Amino acid sequence: MQNPYKPYPVRIDNITVETEDKSLKTFKFVFLNPEDEKKFAYRAGQFAELSIAGLGEIPIGIASSPTEKGFVKFTVFKTGKVTSYLHAMKEGDIMGIRGPLGNSYPWDLLEGKNVVIIGGGFAFTTLRSSIVSMLQPENRSKFKDIHVIYGARSPGMLLYKDELTAWAERDDINMHITVDGTDDPDWKYHKGFVPAITEQEAPPAGTDTYAIICGPPIMIKFTQPVLDKLGYRHDQIIMSLENRMKCGVGICGHCNIGKELVCKDGPVFTLEQLNKTPKEY
Amino acid sequence: MKVIKIDKSEFNAGLEKLENAYRLFGPVKEQSYYAFKALDAGEKPDLEYTNTRLSAKSLLYPQSEVLFEYSLDKSDADYAILKEPEKDYSPRAVIGIRPCDADAFAVVRRNFETPEYQDTYWLKNYDATTLVGLACDNPVPTCFCTSAGSGPFNEANLDVLLVDTGDAYLARVLTEKGEKLADSAGWTKPADQSEEDVSKRRSEAESKIKSRVNTENLKDQALTSLYDADAAIWEKEAFSCINCGTCTYACPTCWCFDVQDENYGKSGVRIRNWDSCMYPLFSVHASGHNPRGQKLARIRQRFMHKLKYYVDKYDKGIQCTGCGRCVRMCPVNIDIRRVCNQMNSYDPESCSCAVTS
Ligand SMILES: Cc1cc2nc3c(=O)[nH]c(=O)nc-3n(C[C@H](O)[C@H](O)[C@H](O)COP(=O)(O)OP(=O)(O)OC[C@H]3O[C@@H](n4cnc5c(N)ncnc54)[C@H](O)[C@@H]3O)c2cc1C
Ligand code: SF4
Ligand code: SF4
Ligand code: FES
Repeated sequence: MQNPYKPYPVRIDNITVETEDKSLKTFKFVFLNPEDEKKFAYRAGQFAELSIAGLGEIPIGIASSPTEKGFVKFTVFKTGKVTSYLHAMKEGDIMGIRGPLGNSYPWDLLEGKNVVIIGGGFAFTTLRSSIVSMLQPENRSKFKDIHVIYGARSPGMLLYKDELTAWAERDDINMHITVDGTDDPDWKYHKGFVPAITEQEAPPAGTDTYAIICGPPIMIKFTQPVLDKLGYRHDQIIMSLENRMKCGVGICGHCNIGKELVCKDGPVFTLEQLNKTPKEY
Repeated sequence: MKVIKIDKSEFNAGLEKLENAYRLFGPVKEQSYYAFKALDAGEKPDLEYTNTRLSAKSLLYPQSEVLFEYSLDKSDADYAILKEPEKDYSPRAVIGIRPCDADAFAVVRRNFETPEYQDTYWLKNYDATTLVGLACDNPVPTCFCTSAGSGPFNEANLDVLLVDTGDAYLARVLTEKGEKLADSAGWTKPADQSEEDVSKRRSEAESKIKSRVNTENLKDQALTSLYDADAAIWEKEAFSCINCGTCTYACPTCWCFDVQDENYGKSGVRIRNWDSCMYPLFSVHASGHNPRGQKLARIRQRFMHKLKYYVDKYDKGIQCTGCGRCVRMCPVNIDIRRVCNQMNSYDPESCSCAVTS
């Protein structure tokens, strides 16, 4: 029997400030025991509990891609007790990660399909993991067209800017980057909210087109009717939930929506599945 | 199955022998109420009790339990590394647990032991424990175990069942663990009377249980229509609930917990504490958004979990053994029997009240 609450010890290898307001940082971890990395084999869309002795644990989506070896990355928004402490930690510090947890995006289902990724704000982390993984030469041929619609308040609030720019140059992925507003005269991408850009740029619905949406509730609320209008079926709309969690392994009871436990049965659900559960998210 | 007769005059001598092989736990009167406690050397359980005020769940699942220890001293080699503390998983025996409380262990085990993850703390405690039950001759008016998958003489989750026959106990030895315990206690005398006597006592006890829950339709009820039955069920129940959480703490089948780190200078522990879905903090996000921000949503969660989500998820009946503790202890008389029967008979079509969607 393995203790499901015990984290793997890790060292903070690198910290990157992602946004102009410094509220988001990316933490790159390496495992203290190299064999733990193999046990941490994950799929894009899964999350982990970041564990700081003396502070507690927080569930955070895995931002690195399974194809990136030797480390795992997480992008964390500074908001409360544990996240604020983490933001003050330094490279070289020791902490723990526990996982991988949750079900991931449905990669078996998505194979051979057009994939439309719609993200807003800082909920772009597991979407980055997905994009990096899909764009790997050995994986790219498994998917048809890839569209990405990603929006933030301003250019300085976009995550992973260098990668976004590099992806925008490629012809095997259709990037639709947008900001709510900017006075930068050189801004060469969209201006406008994600739902509006989705309406303009998302490919038409079809039996083999699937959309993954991650973002703040308000973005999801206004994007979903757009997808409905475009004809997407509810089993073609995939979402990831962020309920409050403690154990992350389906035991503590904190994260349920009806009989589903978001940590174990999710965090990824289709809208069709969510239509059958209480709206407790 | 072996049935042994233990004269009451010899019972305590057996317990004393058991002290060599087991740590003993049992019901003890503390001020006005009974509680399960680790028995000191020579201390005897008080088997004249009806039931304990709080359930027996703490025997396997303490209200606060250390999961890990860590050092916060940067000069330590294992600084900030979580380590499992040494725990005593040597054999223990619980003497005189009621069948309903033992049945509750089977209910919560489905949560603590799953194909993917096993709660090692609960399971090691469970494996180390031998359960010596005490059949219930005098159920009280709040008992409804017979319609909640349990019963005053239920043997399903015990290792030994003691039946009180006046000057002796008939010990029904039900499992290998039970046989080992009976041997250690030196309880070997085969019982002469037995089956008939026991079944007569069982029927007598069962006939004293007058209240019941109806559960036969719960599985077929549509989950969302029960959830949406605000006007028919939830508003009325929520109106008086003060969200004190007593019901969840007293309950043998409520298993939710919170995890906190507690520091003492340069060291600390990660502990888990019983938590309650009755509290707003249980589900609030860091952003302040709370999916169950209203009292109604929380009381609905408690009953929907026990009487619908659990039923649908496991197909093993309700998450309640009918012990009646929550009914007895609720300060505003919220009664799970009433709620269960309403859920069981709820019909959104014929309901005259306005059902919100
Ligand atoms: C599956 C999942 C993936 C997530 N991915 C990310 C991510 O990639 N980046 C990111 O910045 N944030 C993410 N979050 C949100 C993040 O977990 C919370 O912001 C974080 O727990 C807040 O912790 P705190 O101690 O700073 O806040 P406090 O408000 O001080 O919270 C105290 C404790 O409550 C619990 N808690 C509070 N809010 C939440 C919450 N929303 N979700 C879960 N537990 C909570 C945690 O145990 C936390 O330590 C994710 C949440 C989930 C459930
Ligand atoms: S004991 Fe009664 S008042 Fe207290 S939370 Fe439970 S149902 Fe509500
Ligand atoms: S819900 Fe009430 S009656 Fe049922 S097991 Fe829990 S405390 Fe006992
Ligand atoms: S976080 Fe514990 S059950 Fe989901």
